[in-house]
Amino acid sequence: MDPTTTESPSPTTPAAASADAGRPAIIEVEDLDFYYGENRALDGVSLAIPSHQVTALIGPSGCGKSTLLRCFNRMNDLIEGAERTRGTVRIRGVDIFGPEVNVMELRKRVGMVFQKTNPFPNSIYENITFGLQLQGVRSKTRLDEAVERSLRAAALWDEVKDRLHESGLSLSGGQQQRLCIARAIAVEPEIILMDEPCSALDPVATARVEELIHKLKQEFTIVIVTHNMQQAARCSDRTAFLYLGKLIEYADTQTIFINPSDSQTEAYVSGRFG
Amino acid sequence: MATPAEQFRRQSTAIQRREKVIVFFLRASAWIILLAGATVLGTIAWKGAGTLLQPNFPFINITFLAEAPQTLHVFELDGETVEMSDQDFREFRAKLAEEAAASGESAIVPDSTSYVYAAGGIFPNIVGTLLLVAGSMSIALGLGIATAIYLSEYARQGSTVRFIRLAILNLAGVPSVVFGLFGFGMFVLFFGWNVSLIAGWFTLAFMVLPVVITASEEALRAVPQGFREGALALGATRWQTIRRAVIPHALPGILTSSILGIARVAGETAPIMFTAAFIMRDKLPWEVDRWFDFFFQGVMALPYHIYVVSSKIPQNEYSARVQFGTALVFVLLVAVIASASLFLRHRIRARQRW
Ligand SMILES: Nc1ncnc2c1ncn2[C@@H]1O[C@H](COP(=O)(O)OP(=O)(O)OP(=O)(O)O)[C@@H](O)[C@H]1O
Ligand SMILES: [Mg+2]
Repeated sequence: MDPTTTESPSPTTPAAASADAGRPAIIEVEDLDFYYGENRALDGVSLAIPSHQVTALIGPSGCGKSTLLRCFNRMNDLIEGAERTRGTVRIRGVDIFGPEVNVMELRKRVGMVFQKTNPFPNSIYENITFGLQLQGVRSKTRLDEAVERSLRAAALWDEVKDRLHESGLSLSGGQQQRLCIARAIAVEPEIILMDEPCSALDPVATARVEELIHKLKQEFTIVIVTHNMQQAARCSDRTAFLYLGKLIEYADTQTIFINPSDSQTEAYVSGRFG
Repeated sequence: MATPAEQFRRQSTAIQRREKVIVFFLRASAWIILLAGATVLGTIAWKGAGTLLQPNFPFINITFLAEAPQTLHVFELDGETVEMSDQDFREFRAKLAEEAAASGESAIVPDSTSYVYAAGGIFPNIVGTLLLVAGSMSIALGLGIATAIYLSEYARQGSTVRFIRLAILNLAGVPSVVFGLFGFGMFVLFFGWNVSLIAGWFTLAFMVLPVVITASEEALRAVPQGFREGALALGATRWQTIRRAVIPHALPGILTSSILGIARVAGETAPIMFTAAFIMRDKLPWEVDRWFDFFFQGVMALPYHIYVVSSKIPQNEYSARVQFGTALVFVLLVAVIASASLFLRHRIRARQRW
């Protein structure tokens, strides 16, 4: 991307919230407020996430990155007292908080990879087929196919193809995280959400996952939460900076890192606070 | 001033001496407990072995394990003391009478002293106890796991659930005889099940339910939240998540703690005394006319038998034999069931680990 882009982002205005020119927005967040009981975690967040791009959510601890991410597949529904009080999230134009939305179907289309690697303590094969079996897929050939396809997509196939029936927990941390990515890919989602997927990994494993993220955007839309500025700079196309539940600035990653328009953003990305 | 070397060599301080005394008491109490345990088990093993084992082949007293209790007859014959079970004694008398008739003399039947339940074995009691354990544990595990799943996975964690938990916990403290009384009033009289297996099953199940529920909830809580999130994020429903990503991993924990329940169910006398146990029954449990009669028959049971032969009949060396023989079989049986469950748990654990 051209760093001397003429696009002039003015933060939190609808102009900045619109997606990258030329790419249709797949997730549109409008004026979203989110509460944990009395505690406000998101405050009037609006942004549009383009499809087939990597969008990074950055910001200091507790600013609401995970909360926002978990709104996209409604994982927050599980937390008692957690409530969206205002605003909408539309995915492909459908309001996902709408009454006719089937949350299970939503989560099949919006996969998630967690900060703490969480493969099931079953075999690698069973980990990958878990999602398909939920959908009632029994055909051995289809399952075998999905396993190979997902593991290849997650760049894990060559390492595990001879030990598909060993426990997923026998893998290294980085491999486990890629297994979790493969598990998410297996149900063929459109969007993959990643909440600090590399925070528990060593630099080599991190590099591999980043490489993978880069490759995956051909096929999926990726939203990634990260604390690692270099990581956001390296592997994302768009970056959103949140602070105290508010979206401070959202623009091309280059712009955010090289020429941010907000002083708080600048302070954060240059490591002066957060 | 002392040099460093001298400082380190210094003799024990008051604090160290006090520590020694404390350690002595800790160790002493551990040994006392060990001694008490060894004495109890040793007595049962020693006295019970006299009944259960025998000096000649096959070394185990098969009769004791495979027959029903009988009355023992003891009498003098040609200057020797002879012990005969009721059945043998009848045959013996019949033979004497026959011989006497053949020779035309009147039969001389020896004077015998009889001791109830001192002959034969405890086979029906073993069967009864196994049936009671199997049935009540099935009911308790079914109801208990279901309740635990509801309480910890579905119910809103508010004051209602806290109150229910407290109630369950208190239920665990209710004496077993109270459960017996409850079962008698509820199942035996009100439901009209009479003294029966099924009444005993439910009474015992209610008694161990608190243990099973508490243990199951703990085991469910021990399953990492990440498994649930992982499954839900793949589009699983709540129940699919619980069935496929939670229960399989909670099961070893649930089984482990239900081992305690098994020992309790097998061992308690009070709850079955008024609900399921017969002092003596000629028929074995499977000797029923219609299949559903099976559930509505009383059974003999090991703990109740110990109680009966220890308090309801005259005490003497013969009753002591049955008491300790039964106790030994009982202890071994519980040990076998517990080891089997441990083995089962180990098998499940070996397959799945996190
Ligand atoms: N389950 C919860 N219950 C109550 N409050 C919560 C819960 N989860 C998060 N919060 C609160 O919501 C706010 C935003 O949390 P969130 O987890 O989204 O932050 P984050 O940006 O992901 O932080 P981090 O970088 O540390 O992961 C915080 O103030 C946090 O205390
Ligand atoms: Mg977070």
